[in-house]
Amino acid sequence: MTDWRFHLAQQRGTLTALGIFIAMFVFYVANHPAGFTANVVQTVANKGVLLALVAMAQTLVVLTSGIDLSVGMIFILCNCVASYVVSGSAVAATLGIAGVIALGALCGAINAMIVIFGRLQPIVTTIATGAVYFGIALWIRPFPGSSPEFNSDIADALTGKIFDVVPTSLVVLLGVVVLVWLPFQGSVIGRAVYAVGSSEQAAYMSGMPVRRAKFAAYVLGGMLAASGGLFLTFFTYSGEASLANGNTYTLYSIAAVVLGGVSLFGGRGSAIGAIFGALAFRAIGDLLFVFDVEPLWQPLFQGLVLLLAVSIGSARLFQVRNRLELFT
Amino acid sequence: MESLVPLFRMEGISKRYGGVRALQQADLDVRAGRVHAILGENGAGKSTLIKIMSGVVAPDEGRMLLDGREVSFPDPAAAVAAGIVCIFQELSLIPDLSVADNIVASNPPGRFGLIDRKAQRRLAETALARAGGEDIHPMALVRDLPLSRRQIIEIARALTRTPRVLILDEATSALAAADVTRVFDVLKRLKAEGIALLYISHRMHEIAELADDCTVFRNGRRIATYEAGTKSDNEVVEMMIGREYSHVFPPKPAGPAATATPVLDVRNLCWAPRLNDISFSVRAGEVVGLGGLDGQGQRELLLALFGVLRGISGQVLIDGKPVSIGSPRAAKADAIGMALIPEDRKTEGLMLQMSVRDNLSFATLSELSHGVIIDRDAERDAVDEMIELLGIKTDGVSVPAGSLSGGNQQKLVIAKWLMRKPRIILLNDPTRGIDVGTKQEFYQLLRNLADAGAAIVLYSTDYDELIGCCDTVLVLYDGTVKRTLRGADITERALIRLALNIDNVAGDAQPNATVGA
Repeated sequence: MTDWRFHLAQQRGTLTALGIFIAMFVFYVANHPAGFTANVVQTVANKGVLLALVAMAQTLVVLTSGIDLSVGMIFILCNCVASYVVSGSAVAATLGIAGVIALGALCGAINAMIVIFGRLQPIVTTIATGAVYFGIALWIRPFPGSSPEFNSDIADALTGKIFDVVPTSLVVLLGVVVLVWLPFQGSVIGRAVYAVGSSEQAAYMSGMPVRRAKFAAYVLGGMLAASGGLFLTFFTYSGEASLANGNTYTLYSIAAVVLGGVSLFGGRGSAIGAIFGALAFRAIGDLLFVFDVEPLWQPLFQGLVLLLAVSIGSARLFQVRNRLELFT
Repeated sequence: MESLVPLFRMEGISKRYGGVRALQQADLDVRAGRVHAILGENGAGKSTLIKIMSGVVAPDEGRMLLDGREVSFPDPAAAVAAGIVCIFQELSLIPDLSVADNIVASNPPGRFGLIDRKAQRRLAETALARAGGEDIHPMALVRDLPLSRRQIIEIARALTRTPRVLILDEATSALAAADVTRVFDVLKRLKAEGIALLYISHRMHEIAELADDCTVFRNGRRIATYEAGTKSDNEVVEMMIGREYSHVFPPKPAGPAATATPVLDVRNLCWAPRLNDISFSVRAGEVVGLGGLDGQGQRELLLALFGVLRGISGQVLIDGKPVSIGSPRAAKADAIGMALIPEDRKTEGLMLQMSVRDNLSFATLSELSHGVIIDRDAERDAVDEMIELLGIKTDGVSVPAGSLSGGNQQKLVIAKWLMRKPRIILLNDPTRGIDVGTKQEFYQLLRNLADAGAAIVLYSTDYDELIGCCDTVLVLYDGTVKRTLRGADITERALIRLALNIDNVAGDAQPNATVGA
């Protein structure tokens, strides 16, 4: 059977991202003064999970051959809202968490409606809605802070370690992959998302649910971005309408998606790849702290490593013998 | 399987697009267990007719009846649910999904919205086997497969939708003869199973072989419906084009002296593993054809000559002098003067959103400009001349190329390259999906170019074209030249036998019977 070859070819982007992540992580841990300890892993995981969730959100939209520039703002808005509603008793705080996820879904649904029914380009739509979402965040949380009854027990439980070893945030991320992403990818709607990104016309002609697929991609993306916002609240115990943070997460999510082997043309890639992309990208940023370099150098260094990493993906171009393939 | 009530009937269907009447009061009866061929030039209304049948566009007036009951289809899915399945000329496969994913695309097996991948695999394998595509791996990505394989997948996919009426719109236009025979076996079996088939093709001999009923359309009107075999080819073509049908192919001249130095001389060209030791030469005024089954290296050979492929060995001589052509830019330079008319006009030949004028002058801009400034007057004259020469039907030169009909788009691609006055013209299956009238003009143009001194290499999947147009035909098989046929040796039988690599089988075997087995 030659099946495994096709499986391998399909997962090439994800595996490359995994490889880059492992390389970066090993390099990071090997040079970390504390070495490979549960605390080091937890720190990496907690930072990485934030970007991983936002990158998963970005992946869904990119798969439909769109791009979501509001993803970081949904993340910030949900962070601000969560700092109010994740409070009081455990039941009330849990309801608050559900409410924040629903808010993310609403933001995604608004994006989807404009893209689908207004027929506006995703990039334009999400620049505008992103500004609106950030505006609301700033309005409800003009200064950083949190509700006096903020439920830090839930926050601690979700950012701690299980059995003092495994970071809970990683387990949650794994849960999202197993319970949300994998079923989604194997569903009719999930396949339609890939189809729409690959060729919207052909998907329509094939009788696939084009509009529902796009809608699902944006809404699920909104929910994942909201989960990221929740985690940010859990780490910081507060909400902050930070424009810089929102923009950074939007741009980093695109970098993570590209590192993760997801095609910006749509139709190819996996959210799992984007997770590895996000973790690798974070590890790149953290390398500088390990080497005790001035933080001023971080953007430059991170940019260079990103450039190098995405170049690995285009190394195949050197093998192309039919130049027409360069353009496909 | 004939019944009095037609399975599907269209009555008084009309459709306008802006000011253009695409269909006027069209009627059509489709019966179970019969093949109904629709004939007509491009722009005759055939495409609109099937788009209405399959729910892609809604008619302005008229009604449709299925089993005698009136129906309407708001979208393609509704038509599919009613059992009307269309295989479109514009392939509707999704490039980044696997073959199996595509085959079950509209209705994947599974529960609660989750797809059962094993059941999908079984379905896909069964469908591929029924459509004669056992050699296609269900997990391969569609984007990695050649056109002919994709067409088989389209048919396999249609079969999984349990069609009652199956519409094939130019379904064989991407197929070579052997594949066509396989598809025909499948279609005949479907007909015997009681499915009604609606068959649209520009290939007359396919219609003669397959059709039970024929309907001719012209300018959006139904001209005639008749039983297959009751009208001669000439009568049919006259109905289609509305004027007398003279000889399709212009006569071939005696040809240049064999001693003349070839304009293009190819020696031992290799591009492992697709091309092996290919040698041939083309003199000025000569048309050399490339034959054989689809995908035997013809396309690669043209790309190799045009400087698109890397890692070629062998020698290419222009006017007897060895040259090395490293890029299409080098190939089109004046010293070589080569032009390639590509197969896929939508992606390789035209920029559909740009205007007719811009498309035409692109390849010639350096001649039409002083420094960096484009000479608009010179550009206009050159463009007008080409539109006149090729008889391109367009609403002016400012409209987007994509708004032209298929035949006129193809003329535009040819015109674009002719503006450079090339000496060597390579053509990659240029008449695919083009109507009879335009083809005829095209053959005359080809001969005129040759007479004016061009050296022409023509790859075609249509054997009639190779026989009618070419002075010499190289039959390719698995990247090698199987044989070179000249003059009267270029016959359909010889082409098919060589294409199938069965030249050493006893003389009278029917090639079709061999292929179908």
